[in-house]
This record gives sequence, C-alpha cells and structure tokens, in this order.
Amino acid sequence: MRYVDEFREPQLISKTAEEIRRLAGTERHYRMMEVCGGHTHAIYRFGLKDILPKNIELIHGPGCPVCVLPMGRIDDGLSIAQQSNVIFAAFGDMMRVPGTQGSPFEHKARGMDVRIVYSPSDALKLARLNPAKHVMFFAIGFETTAPSTALTIMRAKAEGIRNFSVFCNHVTIIPAIRAILDSPDMRLDAFIGPGHVSTVIGCRPYEWIAQNERKPIVVSGFEPLDMLQSVVMLLRQLKAGEAKVENQYKRVVPWEGNRAALRAMAEVFELRPYFEWRGLGFISQSALRVNDKYAEWDAEQRFEVPGIRVTDPKAAQCGEVLKGVLKPHQCKLFGRECTPEHPIGALMVSSEGSCAAYHNYEHRKAAMVSLSSVA
Amino acid sequence: MCLAIPGKIVEIASDNQDSAVVDVVGVRRKIDLGLLQDDKPVPGDWVLIHVGFAMSKISEQDAADQMNTLRMLGEMDGTMQEVKGYGLEEVN
Repeated sequence: MRYVDEFREPQLISKTAEEIRRLAGTERHYRMMEVCGGHTHAIYRFGLKDILPKNIELIHGPGCPVCVLPMGRIDDGLSIAQQSNVIFAAFGDMMRVPGTQGSPFEHKARGMDVRIVYSPSDALKLARLNPAKHVMFFAIGFETTAPSTALTIMRAKAEGIRNFSVFCNHVTIIPAIRAILDSPDMRLDAFIGPGHVSTVIGCRPYEWIAQNERKPIVVSGFEPLDMLQSVVMLLRQLKAGEAKVENQYKRVVPWEGNRAALRAMAEVFELRPYFEWRGLGFISQSALRVNDKYAEWDAEQRFEVPGIRVTDPKAAQCGEVLKGVLKPHQCKLFGRECTPEHPIGALMVSSEGSCAAYHNYEHRKAAMVSLSSVA
Repeated sequence: MCLAIPGKIVEIASDNQDSAVVDVVGVRRKIDLGLLQDDKPVPGDWVLIHVGFAMSKISEQDAADQMNTLRMLGEMDGTMQEVKGYGLEEVN
C-alpha cells in the first residue's frame, strides 16, 4: 500500500479499493486478464496487487508487441539489413530483443547501420536524408501503431520516396484474445480491455467477447484509479450475471474508434492468412501485411526474406506465462538463466513484458523483504 | 509502447495541414495530424501523441493527468528522449 499516497486522489483510491473488497467478498476467486502490456507494467509499478484482495487474480495477457514477435522475424529483418546500403530503423523497444545472432544493438556493434527512431515518419525522414541508401523500417505494434505506419507508407508513395520500405510485423488484438479464449487450459472470468488500441478500433470489436463468450470486458485507462474502477465495473457485471462491453476510458476512447486511422490501415494493409505469435503459435488472420498497391514499400516483396523459424528454448515457458497458466516466477529459467540483463525469452526483454515487470518490481520487493527479515 | 504522451498544438504548418508543432513539457516537436482528419485540432488544443502521430484530442485536465501517470510509471525520461526523436526532429 506504500504507493497509495503518491497517487492522484488517494482518498478516492482507498474508497474504490474498499468497494472492490466489498464486491469481491471471500466466497469465490476471480481471474481477470489485462490484455495490454502497458497495463501490466502499470499494475506492477503501482503495486496494485497489494491493493486488490487475494481472491482477485490478474492474468497478464498477450498485449506486448515485442513479446509476441517470434525470433525468426527478427532474424529475417536483420538479414535484409545485412545487405549493403541498407539502414535498419526501429523503435527503441526493439533494439535489445535477441535474434539467433544477437540483437539489433549487437549487430550495430558489428558494423550494421542500425538507427533508433521514435516514429515511422522519422524513418521516412532518414530515407530523405540518405538518398543513396535504403531505409528499412522494422514495424511492430498493435492497432495503436499500425495506422501511423500506414500513413507513413502513403506519404512515401505520395512523395515518390523509393528508398524506403517497411518490414511489417503489425498484429491485431482480437484474434489473440480469441486464441486465448479457445485455449483449453484457460479459465478467465473477465477482461480489462486495452486503452490505446481502443482509441483506434473503438469498443465494438469486443462485443463478441460479451455476447458469445459471456465474459465482461471494460476498456480501461492507465492510472491506478482507472484500473481499480475497471475492476469495480467488472465485479458489478459478474455479480449481476451480466456480460457487457463497457468503457471506463471515455475521456480518450470513443465508442466508434478513430475512423481516419482505420481508413489508413484499410488503404495500405491486408490481413495475412496466418501469423506466428511467440508463445501462442500460429493464429489465423491475426497480422497485417502491405497490400499490392503499396508493394514497392513492402520490404518482404522488395527483398529476399529467408523466412527463418526459430523454436524457443525448451526450458523457457514463455507460452504458459503468456496464457497465464504459469506465473513468471514459476518458469524454470526465471531470475536464473533469464533476467532483464540477459533475456532468453521475449517476456523478459520489454518493460511491458510480464516477466520483466515481475522481475523489476515483485522480485526486488521479495528480495528486500527477505533481507529485512534477516536484519 | 502502449503509452502515449500529451502535447499542446502550437502551430499548424501553412503549407501542410497535416503537419503541426506541439509543445510537450517545453520540448517542441513536429507531429503528424493525418490520423485526426475527421476532427482536426487547432492551435491551443491538446492531443495524445503516439509514435509521432496525434491519436486523439483530449482536455487540458486529461493531459495533466496523463503526464502524471507517465511520471509515476517512471517513463518520463524515456518518453522525453523519444519525443526529442533522438535528435532527429527537434524544432527550435
């Protein structure tokens, strides 16, 4: 509870926590999945587990784009960049993600031209500044980032910039939720829906979760109070035997989403028949590729791509952790072979990955407690 | 990656309606307004920015709250580094 005083409106937080305890009672156990990696990070950072009663269990979902990207895609992207005159541009999150021959940063140390960009439009700017080179943007992300990549490709075409391409790894959130619900070892009561993905897709795409699967889902903001309020809304539905889509994050998320962003995605991308997700396997129609109209800006169509498939080390149990079957610390490699400094599985690489979040906050806290009990 | 940063629109380019300069806690940066075509912001409006693109219009209060969340998440330094575009696109 030590963080509560630092939060905005600490009194309201305490009141909401009280309401959660009252609604949750003690009779049954509730399993709620937060889909978004940003929520996972916030839950650990804010110590929300200490505020929630023990019979509410938060399961960390698949919404960290770096974590679900198979290692073979990193190898594929890097193999394109190994060709002469190619600049490899990617978000900072990607730089430490290991491929079989090392991360983009390690390739940079060996002489590859690797640049961190904040925005796909910065990658396009690199192409303008380096007309004699080819800039390949390694695109990752859910529907939050996909429209920005789409618009950047449209701008490249409009300006006739031909030394620029996108290696597209954009994925879509709904098929991943469906795959998790279809998984036989999965038992979930409700979902905390992603905040910023929903600014783009809106709330309608979640309706099948409520109607067909009878699971409540509440789209949530990222502040501690937002997430606690979302838990209250979910508990109220569960207690009443209801299953609805609700929007706690109305101040940012319109019910219909952002139509201009959806138009840009529809203009540039098409669904892949299937795509591999790390830990979840192949999921049909779960990812985007650049369509033929924009083929010239598609790195997969412009360059030879080896199509590398890499199996994760058998001992790593990323898949089980990703589906919430295991807690991060229950993986055999957690905190020993696999740490944020030397990640083996991708869940340890990004601060939004559940293993890294768990390691950075819970694990450290446990170490402090055991130290102080010794003293 | 899922986080977005609030910024205040300072000016919109006269030759390109999709290009704006925003102020993010004192740092000025060019952003793209192309994803808000249906509801164009004007100077003085606050927007949530994700990877260099304005994603939605928000109120000034929400902007302050969002900034506070980033601070509490320990993401301010990293986010500001990103906003500066690693030196690529700062506007003076």
